[in-house]
Amino acid sequence: MRASSRADARRTWWWATPRSGGIAALALVVAVLPLGFANGYFYDVAIQAGLNSIICVGLNLLIGYAGQISLGHAGFFALGAYGSALLAARYGWPPSLALVTAVAGVALVAYCVGRPILRLKGHYLAMATLGFGVIVSIVLANDDRLTGGPDGMQVPPFALAGYVARSDHAWYAIVGACLLAAVWLAQNLVESPTGRALRALHTSEVAAAIAGIDCPRHKVNVFVVSAVFAAAAGGLTAYYAGFITPSSASFVRSVELVTMVVFGGMASTFGAVVGATVLTVLPQALTVLKEYELAVFGALLMATMVFLPRGVVPTLSGLLQRGTR
Amino acid sequence: MSAESLQFVAGGLTTGAIYALVALGFSIIFNASGVINFAQGEFVMIGGMSAATLFASGMALPVAIACAVGAAGIVGLMLAKFAVGRARRADVVTLIIITIGASMLLRGLAQIVWDKRIHALPSLSGHRPVELFGATILPQSLWVLAVTIAVVAMLSWFFGQTRLGKAMLATSYNRLAAELVGIDVRIVLLASFGLAAVLGAIAGVLIAPITFVSYDSGVMLGLKGFAAAILGGLGSFPGAVVGGLTLGLLESLAAGYLSSAYKDVIAFVVMLAVLLVMPGGILGARTSARV
Amino acid sequence: MSTLAVSGLTKTFGGVHAIEDLSFEIRAATVHSIIGPNGAGKTTLLNLLTGVYLPNAGSIRLDGRELTGAPVHAFAAAGIGRTFQNLQVFFNMSALDNVMTGRHLRERCGLLPALLHTPGLARAERESRERALGLLRFLGLEAYADACADAMPYGALKRLEIARALAGEPRMLLLDEPAAGLNPTEAAEIAGLIRRLAESGTTVVLVEHNMRLVMGVSDHILVLDYGRRLSEGTAAQVRDDPRVIEAYLGAVDTRVAGHA
Repeated sequence: MRASSRADARRTWWWATPRSGGIAALALVVAVLPLGFANGYFYDVAIQAGLNSIICVGLNLLIGYAGQISLGHAGFFALGAYGSALLAARYGWPPSLALVTAVAGVALVAYCVGRPILRLKGHYLAMATLGFGVIVSIVLANDDRLTGGPDGMQVPPFALAGYVARSDHAWYAIVGACLLAAVWLAQNLVESPTGRALRALHTSEVAAAIAGIDCPRHKVNVFVVSAVFAAAAGGLTAYYAGFITPSSASFVRSVELVTMVVFGGMASTFGAVVGATVLTVLPQALTVLKEYELAVFGALLMATMVFLPRGVVPTLSGLLQRGTR
Repeated sequence: MSAESLQFVAGGLTTGAIYALVALGFSIIFNASGVINFAQGEFVMIGGMSAATLFASGMALPVAIACAVGAAGIVGLMLAKFAVGRARRADVVTLIIITIGASMLLRGLAQIVWDKRIHALPSLSGHRPVELFGATILPQSLWVLAVTIAVVAMLSWFFGQTRLGKAMLATSYNRLAAELVGIDVRIVLLASFGLAAVLGAIAGVLIAPITFVSYDSGVMLGLKGFAAAILGGLGSFPGAVVGGLTLGLLESLAAGYLSSAYKDVIAFVVMLAVLLVMPGGILGARTSARV
Repeated sequence: MSTLAVSGLTKTFGGVHAIEDLSFEIRAATVHSIIGPNGAGKTTLLNLLTGVYLPNAGSIRLDGRELTGAPVHAFAAAGIGRTFQNLQVFFNMSALDNVMTGRHLRERCGLLPALLHTPGLARAERESRERALGLLRFLGLEAYADACADAMPYGALKRLEIARALAGEPRMLLLDEPAAGLNPTEAAEIAGLIRRLAESGTTVVLVEHNMRLVMGVSDHILVLDYGRRLSEGTAAQVRDDPRVIEAYLGAVDTRVAGHA
């Protein structure tokens, strides 16, 4: 009797769980959105938003769930982009293989960097990740024989099994599928023992360790996962844009990514998608205000933190729940 | 010491003094409130930009400099009053993000109020280099060093002798106890941001004649000052000075003898090494670890 | 049969001995209380026994296995569970998730299965969930299962910490002032719970100021004063020990003097 009522409860509510219901809703949005696209420009903005969303979904696992800040994730993004570009352009690797290899390489780098760095907490962690990101961007800008220096480098188009992705439609489909996969993976992680461990060590590392959680291991793991998401988005961006510059690794870019996560809502995968999308689309929509973009971004970031410290999506969904109850 | 290396040392001490001023700002705010102020570099920029534009509009150089330093101080007070002060109970990540937002806002406003171009400020006493043991030294370098020494002396008087300075020190040692003996920690917060902004702006007007100034020239200086503060030991005032000078010298020597392309990497490599090997810095400041 | 053997344990903070050359044994499936005046070093001792503090000297062995110097999670993996005097609940989670987090050691925590949500992991999660719900029922917390921890009353949070600690199926459970701030009825419930745990084979180490509770449930009592062993024995033996009486009355005296 009790078991069946439990099962009933699960059946009624499956659509409301973030994993299944949320992904279905996101898939619907991704599928329907192009109906409203008037021209290629819309596709371009949507693809940028999707790529940023992939990074932010990963970064949110680190910042929002595990409570560990990174001000250097643009470094992983750029390493993924340059790694893919170099293997494909300079060494003639098939682009898909180059992408996978670059992402694996970034995972290794993230593991080696993360192990010592994640022992630090708070401000010290922020500074160490910042230092890593800045070092990557300076090396990319100065190693001009390999990377073309500050002017950047050309990247061949993405091709898989003889099919070359060139059209906006193809890229929209690729990025849309990758975003759904990223959200699915992230949401799986959040609702697993590992996800609970991350939230636990966010609140109290001592209590988490007493519960048997190996905090250093879980921190490094989530750091690597978030770096892999950023690197994959970096590789895709390089192929999509056909061009890549060291500014993609800059401190300002890292801060932009953190802004998106924080604005959308920490500890909310869909918040990260909303944050990345809004802050990618907004500057495009307000081209009149191009001059004010930086100031608006900064003001938005401060206002979010001061007035809605949980971010837009969790605050709104909290209000909504209270309203329906 | 050869004339060449003397040249590098002089250059290193000049930039090092600037880093030291910025690092002092970081440490003052960190001590008073536990906040790392990512907008510290923007105080440097505001100082330089204000002085340059006021001077260009016909104001006398000393007056322009005084106004610029005062303007930055007001911006610092406003930042403490309207943003950081409202989120006092927030966690570290939140506070970091608020000051990052402030730095973006200030840079954005600088673009609007001024422009995206590079501005120049004349030296305090001419551009004719001084010959010293075979090395050529800009008079402005001497000004940088002299003013930095004066500022450090005034700071040690301020923290050692004045009521407000002692209150700020007490708060950094034990915030709760300070509140219990009647220190108003809101005033301490305001004072620390005001003071840090003034220090930043002084660095800004000192360095502007040597490197020029633009709306985003504060970013790198802020990050380097940050690295200097870590190197010396975050929260330690002597550490900030030692860290700044050490970093300036290392950069200058590395640029001279190794590779100028990787000069900017030095600061961050040193910072990472210090964080991992001795997080307390050279002068062993208190670390953030609490169990 | 000895479960936990502590020998020569010493911990100093800035030259002050919080625990000094302390040796004792705790036998399996008994209730072992640690009492003493404020500042006697009880919580420091619990922090040492769970690896939160690294001792300056001495060793801690569980069933002959050396644990000294191991990281905190290794103490937990060896079978030592614990609650905290000042609540360390995961306030950003529901009560159920708190208890499920306590089952961490009994769960598969591979990164790839978690990312891919493999059927095996899904099965384990369902089982984990059922067991956690069972524990919430056991502690009378089922009504709070889906409530966020920060919305729960204090007494319930105290029990939630115990449920979380039990979820790891520890062989030894360390309770740091479980009855503090509870009313007499709630304290009596805790006493009943402690007896049931000991009967089911879990060793309970109890740090508590509520003497009625301590005297009622303990098989063995260790009295600490200034980080050293003052007395040890059954409730009756300890109660009649003149040194214990003196230490407690002395402590009361200084407290009165402090208030005057």
